[in-house]
Amino acid sequence: MQKKIKVMIVDDSSIIRQVIQKHLSEYNIEVVGTAGDGKTAIEVFKKTDPDIVTLDITMPEVDGLTVLEEMMKINNTAKVMVITALSDKATGLKAMKKGAKSFLGKPFTPEKLKESFSRLIE
Amino acid sequence: MNETDLHFFIDSTVNYFEEVTNEKATTGIPYIKGDEPVVLEYTGIIGISGKRKGSVYITTNAAMLNDLAKIILNLEEVGVEDIRDLIGEIANTISGNVRQAYGSDFMISVPVVVDGKTKDIRLPDSIQSFVIPIMWRNYKSFLAVCLE
Repeated sequence: MQKKIKVMIVDDSSIIRQVIQKHLSEYNIEVVGTAGDGKTAIEVFKKTDPDIVTLDITMPEVDGLTVLEEMMKINNTAKVMVITALSDKATGLKAMKKGAKSFLGKPFTPEKLKESFSRLIE
Repeated sequence: MNETDLHFFIDSTVNYFEEVTNEKATTGIPYIKGDEPVVLEYTGIIGISGKRKGSVYITTNAAMLNDLAKIILNLEEVGVEDIRDLIGEIANTISGNVRQAYGSDFMISVPVVVDGKTKDIRLPDSIQSFVIPIMWRNYKSFLAVCLE
């Protein structure tokens, strides 16, 4: 059996965390951790060593771009998909420069999420 | 604030509902907020800083959030915590999306959620605030925009 992809979901909205988990459930994944703020996200990342992280930007404690930098220092092979309402090009470029592999604007449809995720695991 | 600013927020709001529900929301004629309260059962407030300063809030009733959350989660029933969370997420998404027009110097805060009908939501007195009525299905909501 193929090894499950370890996924971590970071968003301060519990609804968005649920939606991401639900739509990605058709993939061979295991959700190893979730976080609703940036500080917790870094702790969970260290503990769970995920293969893929979905990461919001506007969050309490520590913002997502800072979290991304920290994650890349810890393990730069982790693939980070930034999912944010800050959908302007400059933010997208900034995220990619800091190590994100994918950038998806909110609001997103299930199709757009799956399309981005599929590209990420190819 | 001018008409162009209002259009950015109207477009962002209409796009939110269409993208999330595949159903169109319509907006009424914006008006200047006076002393009359504009507050319904749940309100999501975003502080704006950077190039523009002020705040934005969306206020609506539990029934609308309940319907919307059921669509988003594809569930028959949703909890109070879900609808409380959702109003914050709507405020965040509508405000965040206008950065496509204003650029990344338009900074938004994390949402603050007020539940239960309060007297009103306090906005800075020194800045003119506009109210945009929103209709989705048969539910009325209001987006208040107060920007320097």
